[in-house]
Amino acid sequence: MRNRRWVLAVFLLFIEFCLRIEAFKFHRTQQTERISGSAGDVLEDDPFGRLKVFVYELPSKYNKKILQKDPRCLNHMFAAEIYMHRFLLSSPVRTLNPEEADWFYTPVYTTCDLTPNGLPLPFKSPRMMRSAIQLISSNWPYWNRTEGADHFFITPHDFGACFHYLEEKAIERGILHLLQRATLVQTFGQRNHVCLKDDSIIIPPYAPPQKMQAHLIPPSTPRSIFVYFRGLFYDVGNDPEGGYYARGARASVWENFKDNPLFDISTEHPTTYYEDMQRAVFCLCPLGWAPWSPRLVEAVIFGCIPVIIADDIVLPFADAIPWEEIGVFVAEKDVPKLDTILTSIPIDEILRKQRLLANPSMKQAMLFPQPAQPRDAFHQILNGLARKLPHDKRVYLKSGDKFLNWTAGPVADLKPW
Amino acid sequence: MKQLTALQQQNRRSNSFRNGSSPLDSTVDGAIKSPATIFWLVIHGLCCLISLVLGFRFSRLVFFLFFSTSSSPSTTTIYSPIQTTLPSVPGRVPVERNMSRVVVGRHGILIRPWPHPDPVEVMKAHKIIQRVQLEQRSEYGVKSPRTVIAITPTYVRTFQTLHLTGVMHSLMNVHYDLVWIVVEAGGVTNETASLIRKSGLRIIHVGFDGKMPVLWEDRHKLESKMRLHGLRVVKEQRLDGIVMFADDSNMHSLELFDEIQNVRWVGAVSVGILAHSGGSEDGELQMVGGEDSEKDEKKSQVPVQGPACNSSDHLVGWHTFNTQPFLERSARYIGDRAIVLPRKLEWAGFVLNSRLLWEERLNKPVWVKEIEEVGTDGEDVESPLSLLKDTSVVEPLGSCGRKIMLWWLRVEARADSKFPVRWIIDPPLDITVPAKRTPWPDAPPELPSSSVEKVIITQENTEKRATKSGPRRKRSSRKRKHTTKVLDEHITSTKHSGDN
Repeated sequence: MRNRRWVLAVFLLFIEFCLRIEAFKFHRTQQTERISGSAGDVLEDDPFGRLKVFVYELPSKYNKKILQKDPRCLNHMFAAEIYMHRFLLSSPVRTLNPEEADWFYTPVYTTCDLTPNGLPLPFKSPRMMRSAIQLISSNWPYWNRTEGADHFFITPHDFGACFHYLEEKAIERGILHLLQRATLVQTFGQRNHVCLKDDSIIIPPYAPPQKMQAHLIPPSTPRSIFVYFRGLFYDVGNDPEGGYYARGARASVWENFKDNPLFDISTEHPTTYYEDMQRAVFCLCPLGWAPWSPRLVEAVIFGCIPVIIADDIVLPFADAIPWEEIGVFVAEKDVPKLDTILTSIPIDEILRKQRLLANPSMKQAMLFPQPAQPRDAFHQILNGLARKLPHDKRVYLKSGDKFLNWTAGPVADLKPW
Repeated sequence: MKQLTALQQQNRRSNSFRNGSSPLDSTVDGAIKSPATIFWLVIHGLCCLISLVLGFRFSRLVFFLFFSTSSSPSTTTIYSPIQTTLPSVPGRVPVERNMSRVVVGRHGILIRPWPHPDPVEVMKAHKIIQRVQLEQRSEYGVKSPRTVIAITPTYVRTFQTLHLTGVMHSLMNVHYDLVWIVVEAGGVTNETASLIRKSGLRIIHVGFDGKMPVLWEDRHKLESKMRLHGLRVVKEQRLDGIVMFADDSNMHSLELFDEIQNVRWVGAVSVGILAHSGGSEDGELQMVGGEDSEKDEKKSQVPVQGPACNSSDHLVGWHTFNTQPFLERSARYIGDRAIVLPRKLEWAGFVLNSRLLWEERLNKPVWVKEIEEVGTDGEDVESPLSLLKDTSVVEPLGSCGRKIMLWWLRVEARADSKFPVRWIIDPPLDITVPAKRTPWPDAPPELPSSSVEKVIITQENTEKRATKSGPRRKRSSRKRKHTTKVLDEHITSTKHSGDN
């Protein structure tokens, strides 16, 4: 009798254990799937306790005064630099003791010099950056210790630290020489490109989280639009003949599919833009003047499969998020066959992509909410920085070593800011 | 000189081979007769001669062969001749690093030869969309959908095809399993059967003894009896699902079928009443039996019948349509050209769980009566509320009746109007001639009660089948005339012999 009871107890414990690890999953499909990229299952990592960041105290002319002059900087797609600064100031990873810091952050808002239209002018940015680096190298010993190898900067402009919006000029300038050894956190990413350093962290552009949450519609609304896109196809102001803007890819989309009922594409600015994206199966994310765009963030938030038309692009957090499994990549030369490509994707893959997109940690990783929430983009940046630790011993310079040439770069950059 | 400029023009226009233009441009230079220009003249003449012989422009081939090696990295449009001419801005390859296949500079705009939708792709895309929506419905929609049982009373008349097709198509688009019970007055006919067979739904077609009367009052009563008969079918066959009443002239939105899945035992939805005469006053919403002072007296454009709730979304009463102001002007018999008014609460606004109708007493709630108790002795069952002992258990659906997903309308042709059987003209007409008079007398059918009314009669000319007396009519072909005559108070019974 006692044996039986004992066996029964063990059996019950076993069943409970199995249920807990969900070994028997009888419901047919999981609504979402776990996301694991090339670095492993790292979207859910918590950076606290894994790194320490020291924030330099720069005079307010580098950050606060600029923001006061033009508060529009808080809402445009380059606002990540400002919100990252605010996040770090109050985050537990911040340390006030620079001796124990693994990473050093310089809060300089280089993308806040806006035209009346709201586009940032990068002409003063190199000088601003130089001036900031000169300040930190003279007031603190940590820059000279490694020549910036354990410092990181946020450069969310079109072509990152090349500080220009025209690609040819940006390539000509190259990355600011003083930032050669630092880690850059930027939105621009394109393989084999001058403006992408090997160890940069690619982040999504800023998209306003509250605005997007306010436009959510019930998920049972049937998705009836096949392909959706709103934006320019020709940039008549800057490229009247066509072929230069977006390397002709957007114009090709228009010419090939403007009368196709499956493609809901136009240049309008409807008020129901966010709602429409939630009613679409595919959302086009073609390149513009730069390969990245906030459309990717919007597509991920609204569950619309992103169709990325930008050759050699590097997407945000590419080591944590398996973009190949989530989005559809179309080469620019294959744009005329876009409808064939999209309809020939097997339906199981499409459903799988939608399940991956429905994963809340995927959506969180693309957002910059205020105040910060767990697993959002701020934490993914910190995770990326933590993955680079510990620093290589060779980073620390022996006395007398110098890598950086303080007078390199165009002459105009050397003027004080 | 002229030939040189012509050569220059020719090269500029060759859009595919922009590269060829630059070396040539540099050589063409004003009116100076340098050896180079003579040389080019000679070459040009030679090319012309060869082209004459061969029959095509030989020079293009030459330029292609000679200058294709110096092509810039920018891609040329090999697809389309529509490509606009672009000046050649040689692309710059990034200086260091591995060779990126992406280059800065001007690119061609790739357009395929037939930039229009491909029907095969469109069909595939629609299949994808269908599958995605199915997945969405299973994820976010109703979790365990129940069969919808639709009961429709009908009878053969002119507008039957019109109305029944509408209901049929609505039911065919419902995403859930469906059983359609069609109750036909006057027995099962082939006409109705052939019409509903096309739907592909699961149909139970039953007949009901009794011809549909001409007066609207009587028609409503007979329809109620037919619906009760349909409920009896549900009980006998022990159908499991949600019973809803789809009258054949009503309009249903597909959201209605999603909403009624939420019902537990008895539910009520709001019905919009489309009882318009041409542009006159609108009906007013009035509360009947409301306990709470939930005032909602705004003049709505479309009168609505349905449940009324208080602020905590509990049923407190019913919105109904006050028909008093309109009774004098309303229609009395079928085909009357006045408004047809609904009854206090139409059957269509209620849904029932079919288990309420089953035999055994065990699983049913206490407040439901059996079907046999209801409608006996010829009493009129106005609405399914008569099946309940306690009407407060009715669940308001559609966000407490605020959402209207169903519209009630009655439009019929005259009871004695003629129409081709199954709306097929067989054999096809040899000769069609407009008749001077309608084939039936102008007078409306004799009514049981003879009250004085205003009668509006349309006199129409119709096409008639050619009869044996065809040749006589051939001569009298006339243009179609459409006249309406408004008669006076008394019913005139002018009898026209017609051309018969």
